[in-house]
Amino acid sequence: MSATATATKDSTAPGKAPKRGPRMSVATVLLIIAGALVALSVLRALAGGDQQSAFENITSSGQVGAALSMAVPIGLAGLGGLWAERAGVVNIGLEGMMILGTFFGAWAGYQTNPWVGVLAGVLGGAVGGLVHAVATVTFGVDHIISGVAINILALGATTYLAKRWFEPLSNIGGSPKQSPQVDDIASFTVPGLSDGLATVENHHWFLVSDLAGLLGGLVTDISALTIVSILLFAGTFFVLWKTSFGLRLRSCGENPTAAESLGVNVYLYKYAAVVISGGLAGLGGVFLALVRSHIYNEGQTGGRGYIGLAAMLFGNWRPGGLAMGAGLFGYSDALQLRNGGPTVHALLLLVALGLALLAGWRLYRKRYVAGAVCGGAAVLLVLWYALTDTVANDLVPATPYIVTLLVMGLAAQRLRMPKANNRPYRKGQGT
Amino acid sequence: MKKFDKERVLLAVAAPALALVAAFLLTALVLAATGKAPFNAFGIMFDYGVKADSQVYILNKATTYYLAGLAVAIGFRMNLFNIGVDGQYRLAAFFAAVVGGALQLPGLVQIPLIILVAMLVGAMWASIAGLLKVYRGVSEVISTIMLNSLSSILISYLLVDGRLADLDKQTNIVSTDPLPSSSHFFTIPAGGDLDPVFGFIVVAVLAGVGFWFLLGRTRFGFDLRAVGRSESAAQASGVDVKRMVLTSMLLSGAMAGLIGMPTLLNDTHQFTSDFPAGIGFTGIAIALLGRNNPVGIALAAVLWGFLERGANRLEFEGYDKEIVGVMQGVIVLCVVIAYELVRRYGLKRQQQRVGAELAAQARKTDPEKEVAV
Repeated sequence: MSATATATKDSTAPGKAPKRGPRMSVATVLLIIAGALVALSVLRALAGGDQQSAFENITSSGQVGAALSMAVPIGLAGLGGLWAERAGVVNIGLEGMMILGTFFGAWAGYQTNPWVGVLAGVLGGAVGGLVHAVATVTFGVDHIISGVAINILALGATTYLAKRWFEPLSNIGGSPKQSPQVDDIASFTVPGLSDGLATVENHHWFLVSDLAGLLGGLVTDISALTIVSILLFAGTFFVLWKTSFGLRLRSCGENPTAAESLGVNVYLYKYAAVVISGGLAGLGGVFLALVRSHIYNEGQTGGRGYIGLAAMLFGNWRPGGLAMGAGLFGYSDALQLRNGGPTVHALLLLVALGLALLAGWRLYRKRYVAGAVCGGAAVLLVLWYALTDTVANDLVPATPYIVTLLVMGLAAQRLRMPKANNRPYRKGQGT
Repeated sequence: MKKFDKERVLLAVAAPALALVAAFLLTALVLAATGKAPFNAFGIMFDYGVKADSQVYILNKATTYYLAGLAVAIGFRMNLFNIGVDGQYRLAAFFAAVVGGALQLPGLVQIPLIILVAMLVGAMWASIAGLLKVYRGVSEVISTIMLNSLSSILISYLLVDGRLADLDKQTNIVSTDPLPSSSHFFTIPAGGDLDPVFGFIVVAVLAGVGFWFLLGRTRFGFDLRAVGRSESAAQASGVDVKRMVLTSMLLSGAMAGLIGMPTLLNDTHQFTSDFPAGIGFTGIAIALLGRNNPVGIALAAVLWGFLERGANRLEFEGYDKEIVGVMQGVIVLCVVIAYELVRRYGLKRQQQRVGAELAAQARKTDPEKEVAV
């Protein structure tokens, strides 16, 4: 399908000097973050008095903590997408599998304990994955069509079951659109470190307090599920890139015919990958239901399955990049929770600075049109910043979607998806 | 050869029929598993669905759904997944309502103007995704989904008392200015004390004919379908694929702009926050069900209207109308699987037939060689 095919074609244009690979080293990433922090501190020092607190909020531990908890469900959905697409199956059904996760997580969670809910949510998502695998792998249905159908089905099924099962529970908080309350999942705070960082943060020292805020958000009130998710990221990297199982699974996504000729049971690997994918998306749903709100709520996922997919594309089908993408989207998603109008307003200036630098680079590389576009956008953002005091709170929820579009627009061309992704495969019919 | 065609028709009908039977069985299982008598429910839905007032309701619903199906199908025909029909039609209907409410022109001028605004807004919103795909390689699936969310946010930002809408003090409903009565679309009386049929059904039929003509009878349509079948082959034969992507995205968006019009011009005459949502996704299901074919989409749209009408009745008979959501999801999934199965079966039959014919030919012309092989 042509869904993302054009992206890969352009990036391998021949006749150019060898390009820097799309992957950035850890050092580069850290340097970019450090540079952004320094730039932020300088901007804050330059900004006037009443804008100060808006800039401080960009790196406050509250904002970072919220960003982390928004990033986890997006990251888990993206991780689900990663498993499926590495085996060559596009999974637009992540959204539906997340919905199944929220519903079954809360349903089992309120009756027993939250960890049983986690298990039930993962299983619910995995069943969604199994349906997707049956449709795409066994029956060869177009992957995107099957995914869309699963989203419709999951929404219909959970709405119906919620009406049947939760409506009679109005005495303990159930309703046709909502489940009863589920108990807390344990959360941790690193003792000593958290308080110490909070103290440093409150001093508002140049750069140091920003760093303290960032770290403080990462060590305060961390849900056990967040830790599980981080382990899953590490585990995914290990399994897919360091074991023979992972090599075989990825070979099904790159060249299933070659894998078949080496004796790999491609169907089995694809099934495994898509079911795991559904389970991970289900876990993302559970996180939304049990950690973020303690209940199932109709429409709770709000398209995060799709954003997870975008995070995975942004991360170039690699867990590290995906984690960065999820962090970015989680951060912008968290802004709306924290009355983020002034913060978004302050961020405008930071983004403008980034765009101005990008414009300079493009001009230096003699790509005048692209440079002019970036520069123009930067000027407009600075004007917007200067002429207003805040961004209307009604518009703040748009941030993650605009960020997604912007980032995809800037980054999509250097991506390389698994070669046989979204292609039908039939055993014994390879050419 | 004549016989072969008959078989193809049979196969084409077999797929949806098979899928519908499977879907009803699966839904029956779900109903039975949740402690409800399944076949009684289907009986209630059918009895109620064929009543005269239900038929008017179904036709009116189907008008909207048909346009949605067409909008999605334009993209599907060239393998372009315009998931963003949902955002496109809502934004289009909103701005059309704003423009319509602000003007006081004669209906003959204003109605086409409102429709034109809707089509333009829909096309422009879709063009963002088209441009991103063509110039930046962004998958239209992702970008249209983001644009859906953005359009909802944009509408809820503008649909506020004092911005582009007014608050009705009595009912406490925020809405755009109502259209002047001169720009109400004509209706077709259904006789007796029944509600009239939306006049927009005529436009929908015209849109269907236009769709058929454009895709089936013009060079543009041929190019579009060629890109859908094989992008590289189309490129090699001189089709500008990028321009085709952009054009079909614009067409799909313009068609999406029409989706809100039956409701706006024939029914509500203003845009409120409870303007029907989610029809873009219904359109995806309907386009899949109707096989991207103008007649098939019409049948699917009527089926969808029928299911929803029947579901409303179920509520009064002790069932939950949400079962229809399950039914619709199962139908879509069964349909896509059935089409694929039937396609494979047809392909196998064709290969066998061709093989047999070739073998027969070889025997006739060259009997010695046959023995040698």
